[in-house]
Amino acid sequence: MVDAASGLRVPKRRTFRTPEARTRLILAIVLHVVIVAGALAMFFPFLWTLITSITPGANLTNTPALIPANPSLGAYGKLFADLPFAQVILNSLILATITTVAQLITASTAAYAFSRLPFRGQNVVFGIYLATMMIPLQVLIVPLFVELKNFGLLDTYVGALLPTLAIAFGIFLLRQAINQVPRELDEAATIDGAGHFRMFWQIILPNIRPALATLVIFSFMGSWNSFLWPLIVLRSPQLQTLPIALAGLQGQYISQWDVIMAGSVVSILPMLALYVFAQKYVIQGVASSGIK
Amino acid sequence: MTAQTALLDKAPGFKHSRPVRDSASRSRRIKYTLTVLAFLLPSAIPLTLFVLGPMVAAAWVSLNQWNLLGPMKFVGFGNYIGLLKDPQTGAVFLHTVYYIVGYLPLVYFGGLALALALNTALKGRSLLRGIYFLPVITSWIVVALVWRWLLSPSNGIVNTVLAMVGIHGPGWWTDPTWSLPSIILASAWKDLGFVMVILLAGLQAIPTDLYDAAKVDGAGPWRRLISVTLPLLSPSTFFVIVISLVNGFQVFDQIYAMTGGGPNGSSESVVEQIYDFTFRYGRAGDASALSWMLFIVILAVTLIQIRGQKRWVTYG
Repeated sequence: MVDAASGLRVPKRRTFRTPEARTRLILAIVLHVVIVAGALAMFFPFLWTLITSITPGANLTNTPALIPANPSLGAYGKLFADLPFAQVILNSLILATITTVAQLITASTAAYAFSRLPFRGQNVVFGIYLATMMIPLQVLIVPLFVELKNFGLLDTYVGALLPTLAIAFGIFLLRQAINQVPRELDEAATIDGAGHFRMFWQIILPNIRPALATLVIFSFMGSWNSFLWPLIVLRSPQLQTLPIALAGLQGQYISQWDVIMAGSVVSILPMLALYVFAQKYVIQGVASSGIK
Repeated sequence: MTAQTALLDKAPGFKHSRPVRDSASRSRRIKYTLTVLAFLLPSAIPLTLFVLGPMVAAAWVSLNQWNLLGPMKFVGFGNYIGLLKDPQTGAVFLHTVYYIVGYLPLVYFGGLALALALNTALKGRSLLRGIYFLPVITSWIVVALVWRWLLSPSNGIVNTVLAMVGIHGPGWWTDPTWSLPSIILASAWKDLGFVMVILLAGLQAIPTDLYDAAKVDGAGPWRRLISVTLPLLSPSTFFVIVISLVNGFQVFDQIYAMTGGGPNGSSESVVEQIYDFTFRYGRAGDASALSWMLFIVILAVTLIQIRGQKRWVTYG
C-alpha cells in the first residue's frame, strides 16, 4: 500500500492480518468506547448543571429539559446583582493562592526532611504528622475558634489562613514522590559538592514536578471549596468567600435551581481552568530532569 | 577537613567515616540538626499550633460535659463509657465500615483503570482527563442534588432505565436498605478523578527506559503491567489507600448533603454523629469523646498499613 501523502510504501494494512494485531485493534476500540461512555456519564451532571442554570424557573417540579425551551442568562444576572460577586471571587482567589503557595513550601520542605534527612525519631514525628489528618475538623473547630479568639484573629484573613498553612496530605503526597526519586541522583550531586539546600532545589524539586502540580490542584481546590472554617471565622460580609456566598444564595433561592446552578457553574470554572493548566505540568513529568 | 567530605560523612550509607576530632564532629552534628530543623519547622509550627493543639484541647473536652456555652463539668471517662454502652455508637461505626468496604474497591480499581487508560496515547486524552476530573471539583451540594435526582425512586433516570429492562428499581436514598449503597455510588463517581490524578502523576514518574528494557526481554503488555508498572506505582498506590481510608472513616459531606443520615438513621456515619452532637444537641463532650475514639481506630488502621508496606511498596 502506498501512502498518498509521503509516497512511501507503508505496511500498515498487512499488520491487521496477524491475529495479535487484530486483537490489539479490537481492544483499542473497546477501550475507546468504554472511556468515552464513562466520560459522558461523568460529564452528564455538569451538563445538567449548565442546562439548569439557563432554564428560567427550574425547580423540583419543573425539571429542566435537555434543550431548554427559552434559555436565558437571567440567573447569572441575578447572581451578580444580588451578591458583591467580584469581591467574593477576589477574596476566594486571594485565600486560595496564599494557601497553595504556603502548602507548596511547607509540604516540600517537610517531605524532603522525611525522605532524605534521617534523624532520631523520624518515624514517630512522621506518624504524628499523619495523625493530624485523623481527627475530624468538626471537633477541632471549637478549640480552634477559642484559640484564634484569644489571639484576636477572628474575622481576619490571617485567622482564616493560619490553620491551612501546612497539611499532612500534601507532606505525605510529596514524601511518596521524593521516595521515588533514585538515590543515585543525590549521590552524584553530593560528589559534586551540593549541600542539602541545593540538592532540594536543583535535584529533588525538578524531579517531583508531577506531584507538585498535583498538590497545587488539591491545595487550591481545598481552599476554594472550604466551607466550615471560613464560615465560622469570617463574619464581615466584605470578607466572605465564594462557597459561603453560594450557601447564602441557596437559603435565599431555595426553589430557584437556575440561580443555584449558575452559582455552581461560576465556582467550578476557575478550578477547571487551573486543573487544565496544572495538568500540563503533571504530564510533562520528569522528562527534562536527566533520568528520563 | 573540606566541606565536601563533611557532606559525604553525613550522607546515608557513609556510616564508617574516618575518625575526626570531637569538636569538628560536634559542629557538623549541630549543622546537620539545624538543617533538619530548617526543613521541618515551616510545617511543624503551624501543625502544632493549629491542629495538634486543638486535638489536645478536644481530648480535655472529651473528659467533660459541656454544652459550648456554660461552664464545663469534669466527668472523667464518663463520656467514653456512655458512648460504649450506647448501641447507636456501634451502629454509626458499622455504617462507616460498610461505606468504606463498598467505596474503596470501586474507587481504587476504577481510578487505576482510568489512569492506565488515560496514560496511553489516546486521542483527546487531555479533554477526557478534564471531564473525569469535573466531579472532583464540583461541590457536594451540587453533586448531591444531581444524584438525588438521578436516583429518584419514581422518576429518576436510573430507575426509568431499569424499568425498561423489566427491573423494578429500589427506593435508593429513600430506602433504609439502599441509602448507603446510593451514597457509595455517588462518592465513587465523584472521587474517581481524584485517584486518577494521583496515579497519573505516579505513572508519569516511571522512567520509560524500564519499559524498553522489559520489551527487549520479551515482556508483553500484561507482563509489563504486573512487573514494571504496578511495583513502581506502589508508593502512589500506598498513598491512595492510606488517604482513602483516613477520609473514608471521616465520611461526612456526602451523607450530610444526600440523606442527612437518614432514612431512620440508616446512613448515619461517625462524623455525622459528631456533627449532630456538636451543632444540634450541644453535647461537645460526647462529640470530642467520639472523635477521639474514631481517631484511635484510624490511627490503628494506618499503623497496620505502615507496618505492612514493606511487603509490597518499593521505593526508588
